[in-house]
Amino acid sequence: MLRLVISGALMSAPPVRIRDLHYAVGTRPIFAGVDIDVPQGQITAVMGPSGTGKTTLLRLLTGQVAADRGRIELFGESVGDLNKVGLYALRRRTGMLFQNGALLTDLTVFENVAFPVRAHARLPESVLRRLVLTKLEAVGLRGAAELMPSQLSGGMARRVALARAIVMDPELLIYDEPFVGLDPISMGVIVRLIRELNETLGVTSIVVSHDVEELATIAHRSYLLSEGRVVASGTPDELARSEEPVVRQFMSGAADGPVPFHFPAGDLAADILGRSQQVRGRS
Amino acid sequence: MIGASLGRIGAVVLFLLRVLGQCLPALAKPRAVIHQIYNAGARSLIIIMLCGLFVGMVLGLQGFDLLQRFGSEDALGVAAALGFLKELGPVVTALLFAGRAGTALTSEIGLMRATDQLTAMEMMAVDPLRHVIAPRFLGGVIAMPLLVAIFDIVGLFGAQLIGVQLMAVDPGAFWSQMQAAVELDDVYEGIVKSICFGFACSLIAVYEGYHAPPTAQGVGLATTRTVVVSSVLVLLIDYMLTAAFLGR
Repeated sequence: MLRLVISGALMSAPPVRIRDLHYAVGTRPIFAGVDIDVPQGQITAVMGPSGTGKTTLLRLLTGQVAADRGRIELFGESVGDLNKVGLYALRRRTGMLFQNGALLTDLTVFENVAFPVRAHARLPESVLRRLVLTKLEAVGLRGAAELMPSQLSGGMARRVALARAIVMDPELLIYDEPFVGLDPISMGVIVRLIRELNETLGVTSIVVSHDVEELATIAHRSYLLSEGRVVASGTPDELARSEEPVVRQFMSGAADGPVPFHFPAGDLAADILGRSQQVRGRS
Repeated sequence: MIGASLGRIGAVVLFLLRVLGQCLPALAKPRAVIHQIYNAGARSLIIIMLCGLFVGMVLGLQGFDLLQRFGSEDALGVAAALGFLKELGPVVTALLFAGRAGTALTSEIGLMRATDQLTAMEMMAVDPLRHVIAPRFLGGVIAMPLLVAIFDIVGLFGAQLIGVQLMAVDPGAFWSQMQAAVELDDVYEGIVKSICFGFACSLIAVYEGYHAPPTAQGVGLATTRTVVVSSVLVLLIDYMLTAAFLGR
């Protein structure tokens, strides 16, 4: 009975829960009290201007780096309290798509997708082949199975990486900037794949990106990060209607606003005149 | 300075322990280890054989010139065999190994780190130490004695080429004196040295690659460090082992 209650509580808990996250690189704070919930079976977008620590958030979430303070829960377990064995057990339930694909360059497309299966399971070669080709078919690249990663375009490499990320049937899929550097067609393909994987497999997804338009079409809920905090959260429509200056600037892509165009610097005139005076002094 | 050096040595030792812990599981998948023996060994064959031949020819010339002064040029075979088995074979092969296979290992692993391949493995719950580092380390350790043996054989052929074919040393004396003077202990010394050098060079190469900063400059510097540290370490270990074998 007690076990039923506990397992029921775990089932209802969101797969990812972040509370009061603090993290700094040296003296520079990256996060100062971030709270995020990722509901089961939904696509959650984490957005923010470049340099706000979106990728760092994923590294913290997957236990690649440790938080300074706060709690990160993945499937009900505190990531910071896990040893290597515990972390690896959690990662087997998670698939991650890297920004650059991160394919193993000395293996073919087929072997790349088969890699995690070979590492974790002893499957007959015929079963493995069927599994891998099924995943490659899902991303439309069954015909590219024997190609090397160097023979793939950026979009194709990312689709192969996606096939590899789903080959172990993960419960959580993490996408790190999946749309960066893609042409409109490849971007459309990736958007469709993210949505289809979510709908057909029921996978919970976290998409870290700053592509507002693409995210608006697939995300159930979005978080906007800025200056180490969540400055807004809600459905894409709610964010689009937000009157918050920083949200408006981000959603409309304005160059200047609460997020300044210029990196902090001293007085312009003093900088330029000072230098020209130095040059004059030297001559 | 001393603290940093000690810290670095400690880090290398800890890394070694972690790699050794993964060697047995890595051996359970011998195909990866054999592939790395091929990479570190077979792909170094040309440079090893070429250098062995030239070193043997130089040793033949210098040895003949020296021994002729004492009227004992027939001992050229012994000099060449002992020189190759105990010193030249293991040391020169290790230096060449550090420059050819060691740098290849470091840059390969460093680039895997820089392009997130190692991180991707970790995210797939696949330990890179077991699947990337241990097979490469074992491949280097196993390949080195084999390369040393080939270097020795080709080197002796080079010494014979100059001594017997060019300088007209009696071939019977060349080979029979070598057979009479060289003992199993001499061969054993060479084998021990080659294994130690293989261990050191492979460890440095994989350590530097694994810890290379993920930048072009970082990988470049790590590759340079592999050659420098391996070379110094080989000569240091060589002195210590020679002193130990001679009982000094």
